[in-house]
Amino acid sequence: MQKIYTRMGDGSGVELSESELKRDLEEGTKDAAERAKVSPLSQDELAYLFDVYSDPARFVGVDHGNEVIFSYDNGSYKSKEDLTEIPLYGVQEAQVYEKFLGADILDLGQIDYSFKPVKAIATFEQQALEYALLVTTVPMFYGAQPNLGSYTQPDGPCANPMELLPQGKIAEARAAQEEMMEHAVRDMVYVGSAMYESGADGLNFDTVGAAGDIDFLATLRAIEILKKKYPQMAMMVGMAGEFVLGMHGEVTYDGVRLAGLYPHKQIALAEKAGATIFGPAVNINTDKSCAWNAARAITFVKACVEVSHIPVHANMGMGLCGIPMADCPPVDAVSRASKAMVEITRLDGL
Amino acid sequence: MGVGDPVGMEVAHVSASGMGGMRTAGDLVARMQISRSMKIKEAKEYVANKLGISVQDIADPIVMGELRQDLNIGTVAPFVGGARGIEAKLRIAELLGIEINCVNKFRDKVK
Repeated sequence: MQKIYTRMGDGSGVELSESELKRDLEEGTKDAAERAKVSPLSQDELAYLFDVYSDPARFVGVDHGNEVIFSYDNGSYKSKEDLTEIPLYGVQEAQVYEKFLGADILDLGQIDYSFKPVKAIATFEQQALEYALLVTTVPMFYGAQPNLGSYTQPDGPCANPMELLPQGKIAEARAAQEEMMEHAVRDMVYVGSAMYESGADGLNFDTVGAAGDIDFLATLRAIEILKKKYPQMAMMVGMAGEFVLGMHGEVTYDGVRLAGLYPHKQIALAEKAGATIFGPAVNINTDKSCAWNAARAITFVKACVEVSHIPVHANMGMGLCGIPMADCPPVDAVSRASKAMVEITRLDGL
Repeated sequence: MGVGDPVGMEVAHVSASGMGGMRTAGDLVARMQISRSMKIKEAKEYVANKLGISVQDIADPIVMGELRQDLNIGTVAPFVGGARGIEAKLRIAELLGIEINCVNKFRDKVK
């Protein structure tokens, strides 16, 4: 029987038999369905995924008419500092994304991409943003991460919960997280207000929940405040992973405990707070095939899209939603994950 | 979308499933998503209706390239005398019947 050439989650090539590919797809969707308590993919959807992942073509794409919107995070300094060391100013890079890379929504941000350090240089960021808005046409967000970890000692003012928890100081760790949240909400509202006053179309809260449930709560509270202050302000919430880590464990929003929430429950709270676009993130397992990872991610995202009332833009960057965890993700793997995610979930963007 | 090699990530993704921003009507559909939280189908239909073309054509760079030039709403390669940046956004706000934050601020500045 002919082998099917595909990829593992780290991007390395692997050959699977038809039965191995089918088994990976079935196990991937089953894993997600059991974890999130949602429906697994149907037999038709699994057959579609099998066709996509067994297609010998190097590159695949959606059918005409199924194209979606592309928003970005970390989009204005990727070339310069992060990867290729091309000395481009952030605004220039945004223009490259607009004119060369076909971006539908641009994102301006600074290198640390966290709200806390932006607060100190907000006026410089506003200056760059105001210039960028004059010379670009597509919508532009200002983006940063809540990054509650940046508020812990020795870099920040709060005790470090990661040091307190191993000592059994649960109450102290929770108190420290609640203090971190107060600082973070103030900074997000400060930076968000500044950027909206400078003309941004909206604010992109990226990698939300990276520091756990308190990180998610801080973001929801900041959105709530900003939405009251600027009802027309667009706010995009991109998550850090498929479920909210219970680093605090007791915090709630609108009566719902945040720890352990999966994307279809996360989006309901984001909508309630006032988010405009929601970005589910499903982390990749590098020990499993891309097909396994795609089936798993699509199961989570499909359930999220089904309950959504706002646009859903899945996070499909490196190491997420079936995209290999590699500096140069192979285009065969990216195009397959891209097509499959869009055509099965019927989401609104990536 | 997140961090990644532009050739392996952005180019591959956009080629596989993206509208293409200013190459087509991607930015216009995006504006309906962010200004009115429209889902993709509704946003595409709204934009197609405003442009007077089919939903399939709004993702076609040839059709939209000519139409963007006719409407003077910004093109990938600007023509002489054509609208750029904030000028294009002034027209887009009127075309779609929406508020654009930076356009409102620009209008306030030049009053």
